[in-house]
Amino acid sequence: MKRIGLLFIVAILAFSCMFGTLALAQEYTIGLSFPSLSFAWFAFLEQAVKDKASQLGVNVVSLEANDEVSKQISIIEDMIIKKVNGVLLVPIEVEAVVPGVEALNKAAIPVVTVDRRLKEGVPVEILAHVGADNYTGGKKAAEFIVAELSKKFGDPKGTVIELYGTPGAGPAIDRSSGFQDVMKQYPNITVKTQTANFRRDDGMQVMEDFIMSSPEIDAVFGANDEMILGALEALQASAKFNVQEVITIGFDALTDALKSIDDGILDATIEQFPGKQAATGFEILYNFVKEGKTPENAVVLIEPAVITKDNLDQAEKSF
Amino acid sequence: MDALTEDKNQGLVERFFIFWDKIGILLVFIVVCVVFGILNPVFFNPLNIINVIRQVSIIGVMAVGMTLVILLGLIDLSVGSIVAFAGIIAAGFQVKWGGNFFLSLIIPLLVAAGIGYFNGYVSTKGGIHPFIVTLGSMSIFRGATLLIAQGKPISGMSPAFRFIGAGMIGPIPFPVILFLGCVIVFGIILKRTVFGRYIYAIGGNQEAALLSGIMVDRVKILTYTILGTLSGLSALILTSRLNSGELVAGQGYELDVIASVVIGGTSMMGGEGGVYGTLIGALLIGVISNGLNLLGVQPYWQMMVKGTIIILAVLMDRMKRRFRTV
Repeated sequence: MKRIGLLFIVAILAFSCMFGTLALAQEYTIGLSFPSLSFAWFAFLEQAVKDKASQLGVNVVSLEANDEVSKQISIIEDMIIKKVNGVLLVPIEVEAVVPGVEALNKAAIPVVTVDRRLKEGVPVEILAHVGADNYTGGKKAAEFIVAELSKKFGDPKGTVIELYGTPGAGPAIDRSSGFQDVMKQYPNITVKTQTANFRRDDGMQVMEDFIMSSPEIDAVFGANDEMILGALEALQASAKFNVQEVITIGFDALTDALKSIDDGILDATIEQFPGKQAATGFEILYNFVKEGKTPENAVVLIEPAVITKDNLDQAEKSF
Repeated sequence: MDALTEDKNQGLVERFFIFWDKIGILLVFIVVCVVFGILNPVFFNPLNIINVIRQVSIIGVMAVGMTLVILLGLIDLSVGSIVAFAGIIAAGFQVKWGGNFFLSLIIPLLVAAGIGYFNGYVSTKGGIHPFIVTLGSMSIFRGATLLIAQGKPISGMSPAFRFIGAGMIGPIPFPVILFLGCVIVFGIILKRTVFGRYIYAIGGNQEAALLSGIMVDRVKILTYTILGTLSGLSALILTSRLNSGELVAGQGYELDVIASVVIGGTSMMGGEGGVYGTLIGALLIGVISNGLNLLGVQPYWQMMVKGTIIILAVLMDRMKRRFRTV
């Protein structure tokens, strides 16, 4: 009896192994590693990739890294063991993920980075980078504020609040330096900067404190939409400022922000076309894996756009 | 605590620690407030004071519940995840699933209470340290939040629901009333009811409490259920204030909550402390962050200052105990 049972188990195992390899052999598998799917931004990227993948008939493995570098590296290691054909990566930090990418290089698995770049000069091979130009986005936000302030006062002056993202994160640094580089040219504009960690609750709380400490607030730039939406809640609740009179601009063109623009509360947001970025990155990876085609440009930057009430239809998302 | 004051022959050092025990943290709080007030007069603006208490109330409501758990000598790491999970359920009932006002209040509170019950039940009946159990539920319900929300925040609450977090009764924000209400109610429960006495008894000496016939497990489970419910209440306030059920809501809150309790003088070993200390502890954390924001100080400093105060507070607690046992 025992022997028959054993035989049975072995048979099942053998069969499932065979079946498993067959199923895998049918299509390519691409691994996705994003910082965290709890941010709507990355959930959207993931969806865009999955749509493209099902179109091309490719398997996708996506794992949650909880915004922790060490976790992202172990996810990459797991993907190497699973023998994925390629990895689409959004690095959590510019430098810390490098050991993971090194391991991918060693295993000869091609990597495309999307949205965030690895630090320049690190000794790893990247097939391509498709990203947003966060620096230009920050610049465009600043130019929008400058233009609106000029409209309001005749010339660019006033007090501008900048809500900074998570300290140390690539997009936070790039968006802010683009923003600051423009603002520097206008000595009559005072910029007050404080971080709100890319979070809505922090955006609200920091804005509440600015409302208390700042006699005048003419414009607010949130380095992502979550922070500006929190700041808008604080402004709406305050008796000191009228949200309609304060110039407000976010970043990312999230659904909630677009809705707020349509409601006439938020003035603008920066659209970086994440869906297009992710899909383009995925396509480059797929072409390489399937046909060995190397992309013409190793870096593809997608030009960001300012979305206001007049061009809401240009945004990738709808509400 | 009371036994201490009855001692007849006290040394100077002991006297200092008794004094510290009574009003030490209050003194620190007052000094910090005065310093901020001098550096930036806006600090004492009544609007700012209300602003700070309102900012603190979300952490504060949870900290009241956490005080009870820590008084038992236990811990709960899952409160932040409960906030996210209950918050997303509240937002779901507001926006997606019919928009019934009462359901969007009651279901999240019941779910949060259920998670608290689960934490208490598994840790007592299963004999697992609550650190492990609540670490597990922290992860489970963060995941469950993502699952329900499918990676997107749920926004757009009804005006009635928005009252919980953003409403005012006269000049006082409604969350402040909820927070101070919780402090008073649980202050009374701890000092004036049998349940409160049991908590101190178990925290002070579990064996003795067990031998004297207290249903230790039952008290523990009930305490975790209370903390769960209060976390649910915090979730309602946060969701209502932000006008949105957020996926990252409550991330890292457990640290601020535990810090409020410990700074407020409740001993991590259990048996000593109370909710009034927690009130001061929560206010102190809120005031530090508000004051440094008003001054435009980068938050790196805020994190360092907060950390330093926590260590000092616990150090004081330890020294107090050492002098007692000598």
